[in-house]
Amino acid sequence: MNAQSNIVPDAAGGSASSHRHATPQPFYWSVWRELWENRSIYIAPILVAVVVLFGFLVSTVGLPERRQEVLLDAAKAGAKIQEPYNTAAIMLIVTAFIVGVFYCLDALYGERRDRSILFWKSLPVSDRTTLLSKATIPLVVLPLVTFAVVVATQLLMMLWTTVLLISHGMSPASTWTYVPLFRNSFILLYGLAAIALWHAPIYGWALLVSGWARRATFLWAVVPFIAIGCFEKITFGTSHFASMLKDRVMGFAPKAFAFQMHSVDSPQLTPGAYLSSPGLWLGLVAAAVFIVIAIRLRRYRGPL
Amino acid sequence: MATIEARGLRKMFGTNVALGGIDLRVEEGRILGMIGPNGAGKTTALNAILGLTSYEGELKVLGRDPWTNRDELMCEVSFIADVAVLPRWIRVSQLLDYVAGVHPRFDRAKAENFLARTTIKRTSKVRELSKGMVAQLHLAIVMAIDARLLVLDEPTLGLDILYRKQFYDSLLNDYFDRSRTIIVTTHQVEEVQDVLTDLMFIDRGRIVLECSMEEFDSRYLEVMVNPEHLAAARALKPMYERPVFGRSVLLFDGVDRDHLEMLGEVRRPSIADLFVAVMTGHASKPEKANLGIEEKGVLR
Repeated sequence: MNAQSNIVPDAAGGSASSHRHATPQPFYWSVWRELWENRSIYIAPILVAVVVLFGFLVSTVGLPERRQEVLLDAAKAGAKIQEPYNTAAIMLIVTAFIVGVFYCLDALYGERRDRSILFWKSLPVSDRTTLLSKATIPLVVLPLVTFAVVVATQLLMMLWTTVLLISHGMSPASTWTYVPLFRNSFILLYGLAAIALWHAPIYGWALLVSGWARRATFLWAVVPFIAIGCFEKITFGTSHFASMLKDRVMGFAPKAFAFQMHSVDSPQLTPGAYLSSPGLWLGLVAAAVFIVIAIRLRRYRGPL
Repeated sequence: MATIEARGLRKMFGTNVALGGIDLRVEEGRILGMIGPNGAGKTTALNAILGLTSYEGELKVLGRDPWTNRDELMCEVSFIADVAVLPRWIRVSQLLDYVAGVHPRFDRAKAENFLARTTIKRTSKVRELSKGMVAQLHLAIVMAIDARLLVLDEPTLGLDILYRKQFYDSLLNDYFDRSRTIIVTTHQVEEVQDVLTDLMFIDRGRIVLECSMEEFDSRYLEVMVNPEHLAAARALKPMYERPVFGRSVLLFDGVDRDHLEMLGEVRRPSIADLFVAVMTGHASKPEKANLGIEEKGVLR
C-alpha cells in the first residue's frame, strides 16, 4: 500500500515535477511575504522623504545669498551647511523606528485577527522560520530601506543645491566639500546597524506582545512599563526605571559615537566602546528570549 | 501504516471535554465524513490531526506526531480550515509565488490550469474576489499540492449551490485518487453522501457511529410504513420514527430488507435521517443507544 502510493504519483507526475521548485526557500519567501503585506515598510520612509524634500525646497528660497554669508564664518560654515542633511537622516531613522515597532505589534496579531494564520499554518513553514522572517524586517530590511532612502534624499538635496548655486553664477563646491556624502553614508550604515541591534529587544518585546495579546497590542506593550515607572516614582521617589528605558531607546548614541561639543556633526565612530557595552549584549539576550517565547506562542495560539 | 492513527485522543478546554479519548484509524484512500452538531469536537479533532492544538493520548498522522512536527507534516498534508482564511491583502499571483516558493510538492502549472477555468484574475487581490471565488482559489492551490492527506473543515460554508457542487466535483474528478485520503466535516450532509467512503458521527467529544458507506447502505433502511402494518413494524424496534405526510417513516438498523418490504415502501435513508436518529437516541440514552452502537468496535 505504501510503496504503491509512492510510485503512482511519481510515475504520473514525472514531467510535471520539472516545474516544481527543487529546493523550497521558506525564509526568503516569508520575508517577501512581509513586504507584500506591509507596504508601509517602504512607503512610510518614502513619504517622509518627500515631505523632507519639499521642506528643503521651500527653505532654499534665497539660498545663494545666504550661502555667501554663511561662508564668511568659516568655523561654522560646515555645521550650517550640513544641518538639513543631518535633520533629514534623523527624521528617516525615527520614522523607521516607529514603523518597525508598529510592524512588530501587528506581525503575529494581524494573522490571528483575520484568521489567515490557519492558511499560513497549512504550509510547510515552521513557526521559527516565520518568526525569524518577521524579526528580519525591523533588524535588517528597515535599516537597509532607511539607508537607501536617506542617501537618495541627501543626493537629491545636494543636486538641487548645486543647480541652484550654478544658476546664480556661484560655485557648488561649498556643498560638496562640507557634505561628504560617502563618509556620511558610511557613518549612516554604521549608525543604522548600531541602532537596530540596540533596539532589538524593543522589537522582540513587540513581537512577543503581538503573539500573546487578544486585543490592544500597543497598550499591552507600553502600559506595563508606564506602570512600573509610576510605581517606582511614587514609592521610592526615584526614576531609575525610566532612565533605563530612555537608555534603551537613546543609549546607542553615546556608546557608538563620540560627539564633539554636543553636536551631531562629524561624530567619531567608536565601535569598540559600542561592542563592549553590556547594554548591547544584555539587550540582545533579552531580544533572543522574547523571540523564542514568541515562537512558542505562535505554536499555541490560533485565530482570535 | 494507516494515514491517521489515534488512541485515547483527549483534549480539555478548562473543565470542558472537547475530545473524550477517541480512537480513530483512517486508512489510505478513504474519504471520511465527520458529522456532528456544533461543539461536538470535530474541529478540535481536526486541529489535533493538523498540529494546530496540543492533546493528550496517542496520535500519529502519516507516522508523525503533528504537534511537534507540523511544518514537516504540512509537506504531505493540506487543509482548508474555513472558506475565508486566505489573507485578504494578497494578490493571486503573490499567493502562487509564495506557495511555489515554500512548498516542495506544489505544482504551479497545475494551479494555473485550475485557475484558467475560473474568472479569477492573477492581478486581483483576495479581498476583491467573491466568497465563491476565494473558495475556488483555495481549492486550486490545495489541488495542486501533491498531498497524501487533505482535511476540509466546512469547506463550502456560505457558498451558493453552484460553487458547492463544483467544489466536490473538482475534488473527486481532478484530485482524488486511491493513494490520497480526505477528511471532511460539513453540516451540508446531503451533498457529501455520494462522495464519502466512510462516515463518522461525533457528539460531545465521542464517536457515536462509525461505518463505511457500504455498511451504511446494507444496514440502514427506511420504510414508509402502510398504516395497517404500523404495529408490526414497531415491533421490529426501529431506531427512529418520524411522521411524513400523515404516514410514519421508520428507520431500521440491520433488519432484513425482504421482511421490511412487506410493511411498506423501503428506501435508502439519507445521512441526515440517520444522524437525527442517532443523535436523538444518543441524547436520550447516552450510555447505551437503542441502536446498539455506542462505541466504535461494535460495528467492526
